[in-house]
Amino acid sequence: MSMRGPIATHRSATGIPTGRLAIWWLLASEVFIFGGLIACFVLFKLNGTPGFEDASLTSVTAGAINTFVLLTSSLSVVLAHAAIEKGDREKSFKYIWYTIGFGLVFLIIKTYEYTGKIIHGHTITDNLFWSFYYTMTGLHALHVIGGMVIMALISFDIRKGYNFQRVELIGIYWHFVDLVWIFLFPLFYIANF
Amino acid sequence: MIEYYVQSASSFAGDIDNLFLVITLIIGFWFFLVFGIFIYLMVRYRRKDGVKAKYITGEKHSETKWTHYPHYAVVAFDVVIIAINILVWVDIKQTLPPRDNLVRVIGQQWSWSFIHAGPDGELDTPDDVATVNDLHLKVGDTYHYELQSRDVLHNFAVPAFRLRQDAVPGRTISGWFKPTKTGTFDLQCAEMCGYGHGIMGAAVTVHSEESFNATMAQIQKGSYESHYQKRMGTKTDLPSKTSHIGKEDSFAALLASIF
Amino acid sequence: MSQEAATVQTDIHEEHHEELNFLHKYILPTDHKIIAMQYIFTGMIMAIIGGYFAYAFRMQLAFPGELVPFYGLVGPGEYNMLVTNHGTIMIFWVAMPVLIAGFGNYIIPLMIGCDDMVFPRLNRLSYQIFLVSALVLILSFFVKGGGFGGAWTSYPPLSSAAEYSLTDWGSSLWVLAVALEFVSFLLGGINFITTTMNARAPGMKMMDIPIAVWFIVLAVILFMASVGPLIAGAVMLFMDQRIGTTFFLPSGGGDPLLWQHLFWFFGHPEVYVVLLPTLGIVADIITVFARKKLFGYRTVLYTAFATGGLSFVVWAHHQFIAGIDPRMANVFVVTTVLISIPLAEMMFSYIATLYGGSIEFKTPMLWALSFLAAFLIGGVTGIYLGASALDVYFHDSYFVLAHFHYTFFPITIIGMFAAITYWFPKMFGRMMNETLGKIHFWGTFIPFNCIFLPLFFLGLAGQHRRIYNYNHFPDLATQELQDIRVFATASLVVMLFFQLIFIYNFFVSMFKGEKAPNNPWKANSLEWSIPSPPPHGNFKTLPTVYRGPYEFSAPGRDLDYWPQNEPPEKS
Repeated sequence: MSMRGPIATHRSATGIPTGRLAIWWLLASEVFIFGGLIACFVLFKLNGTPGFEDASLTSVTAGAINTFVLLTSSLSVVLAHAAIEKGDREKSFKYIWYTIGFGLVFLIIKTYEYTGKIIHGHTITDNLFWSFYYTMTGLHALHVIGGMVIMALISFDIRKGYNFQRVELIGIYWHFVDLVWIFLFPLFYIANF
Repeated sequence: MIEYYVQSASSFAGDIDNLFLVITLIIGFWFFLVFGIFIYLMVRYRRKDGVKAKYITGEKHSETKWTHYPHYAVVAFDVVIIAINILVWVDIKQTLPPRDNLVRVIGQQWSWSFIHAGPDGELDTPDDVATVNDLHLKVGDTYHYELQSRDVLHNFAVPAFRLRQDAVPGRTISGWFKPTKTGTFDLQCAEMCGYGHGIMGAAVTVHSEESFNATMAQIQKGSYESHYQKRMGTKTDLPSKTSHIGKEDSFAALLASIF
Repeated sequence: MSQEAATVQTDIHEEHHEELNFLHKYILPTDHKIIAMQYIFTGMIMAIIGGYFAYAFRMQLAFPGELVPFYGLVGPGEYNMLVTNHGTIMIFWVAMPVLIAGFGNYIIPLMIGCDDMVFPRLNRLSYQIFLVSALVLILSFFVKGGGFGGAWTSYPPLSSAAEYSLTDWGSSLWVLAVALEFVSFLLGGINFITTTMNARAPGMKMMDIPIAVWFIVLAVILFMASVGPLIAGAVMLFMDQRIGTTFFLPSGGGDPLLWQHLFWFFGHPEVYVVLLPTLGIVADIITVFARKKLFGYRTVLYTAFATGGLSFVVWAHHQFIAGIDPRMANVFVVTTVLISIPLAEMMFSYIATLYGGSIEFKTPMLWALSFLAAFLIGGVTGIYLGASALDVYFHDSYFVLAHFHYTFFPITIIGMFAAITYWFPKMFGRMMNETLGKIHFWGTFIPFNCIFLPLFFLGLAGQHRRIYNYNHFPDLATQELQDIRVFATASLVVMLFFQLIFIYNFFVSMFKGEKAPNNPWKANSLEWSIPSPPPHGNFKTLPTVYRGPYEFSAPGRDLDYWPQNEPPEKS
């Protein structure tokens, strides 16, 4: 039986599955994007730019709940991966959708936060702190939404019986999304550091 | 070498010109050596019938020494260049020598305003003298400048002084220079600043003491004739005889007439 | 001997054997060779636009105020738009797509011995995003206010407010186009690195990979690591422009210098991103046409790593007088001057490769050698600019412009012609006309020097950049300097005419050229072991690699070359 199909899933000169290499590469580039934004934010803050004391106005409770939600969602995606490693498609499907659910909870809480702040006049152009706040949490939220969509697509694939390796890959991506939030939370919710 | 093209009219222009010369000698030596070897190798080892190429890996020491030793020599020369540069840089940009005179330079889209400190030597006092596109300096005085911008980035550039400094809105940037020759020189804006970047010139006139005092008095009285306007008006026509210079200049004339 | 068994008889022919229709073969391809052509052709069309802009603004400089034939009147705003977009187009829409995405896509799978990139549909998407980015840029020329004119560096506050730039949507579409191009190349990069790492043919160790492939992959790594902060910056700039944030505006607490740092943190590695692929292609060409092993493969590789690494810590040499702390400038002087060291060693290694060679001056070799000559000039003139005290005089002058054209032109244009003339036989199965190739070469290289060498002297004379008419600066409005400007422009026009020869040669050879054998240049790398042009799937059977790609004139062999996939002689 000769080798067929895309090289990506069948050959690996380094031994590392190609999909995994690709995801780590993608994440490396994302680290530089978010890292750039974070570095700019920190530099403005250290410079004493006015407005950065507004970090005290964000709700630590909402932020903390969201942190817990995302951490739990990382757990559920790990469980999804463990299930598919054992070949249990239905269980993996279920855990993927739990993860999507947690993502949805995260987004709902963020929407509630945004609405509250905008009503109080803290829009994106209010001051530099809020410009960064909405830009970075917004970009993060877009990554959450993107991850949720891809997870849904992967869940249908695995239920039909193919591309099992992608559960691990989206899991790695999801951990990254979680990790970015772990950085954003202290920056935007805790004023004095 | 730069002096061949542009006058050297400030106290540190000579230092910069000398640095240029030193670097030219160093890289000139390297460039001609390497280029010479390059041409030689191309000629000497061009294809000849029956002559096979050598098999050289470039990994044995007897081979690599030919690239390693020159490369250490490059390091040595680089250190020399860095050292001389730092000496000059510290002098022209890092230190502010005690001043004899003071001027505020304000760039905006698309002209230059100058506030000369006046006899009391301080800015923001009633004896300040303000001009547009005309900077007047006294030869031999060490000047501090306070550089500002009203809108976007500009750059205060006087080639004859070998001076350039970006003007950043929201900041006042300080620097110094000491004019050493009398005459009138170009002032340029050397940072892209939009539509009128190409017309944002000014005139720098370095005077003797009497001429300087006389000019300042004239400006105060209101009987001053702009050196910048004079310069722009009497420049020779460029060889492109059918050029529609007037058409382009209308914009400059319009702005100049506002001031 | 188990060597025969080691040749894996693996049929890697694609699953679907049905012939693809025109739409799926040429418009929506997943085949890396076709995608490569898409990038190369798009890049060449953008080069024509970028070159046209250069023609227009150089004509304005030579004959100020006169109508430019085939263009019209170039006024101050128009001039700024032309120089801005000339630079932007040449770097992002010519150099990168032709050399990296185009030739990278074409040669990487072929040189490492596999049937395609590991993610063909991602590859297709990368091109589609790239095409959209080109269209967005072109759209920016036609909106109200015209195309963006704030220089390719796009410094705020000029670029962040329409009241300053006077090009409202022009500025935003420009930023959007650049951001999309960045996304396209980030996605494309994923393919390059994973394919090179994982899809190598059996037996191809890291040190057997041709330098062209290594350097393209290295370029992609540098790009990925440097572009992130600028993508962040582009998002911030776009928001400043369109929704009124003040990331870069002092009035709102922002800082114009922040953009400069973000831009140049990317901008400096970016020049090595475009340099490395050409350097790699040149290495492969000179070894083939000198019939010599590359001098010090490892040295060349390590100096490339060193240059790439150092390129991340030199960026503020673009900002010596921008208002940064002058003490910081000294740090960047040291790093900038030091980066010349690994690069010098690499150049020495390339030149040493010629020693003892048997050099044949075919057209690709002429381009490769001229690259070394011109880049040598570009490189040494960079030392002047790395010396901050000199930069005080040269900042934003024609000296800088001449320096970077002596580096960028060899990288982009000479590199492009070197790659095309070298791989044309493989790509199209036909040989280009050698005589026309040589005429085109001299007709490009000599005028190139005539354009840019005089510009160094304009820089010495204090001529500053981005000025549409030097009549406004009496010290610069002299006959002598104007003669130089006219000479440079005339040389450009001559050079543009010679490109017609290339276009003729390119298209006529494609259909009427002499049929090309598998290996017309007698090279060693894997792409020359298969038919010209390669069939769908590239390799009928997966090759096995036994040696590096530079085994030329090996002792004890009759032939002066030794293909990578040729099994070793049986004892």
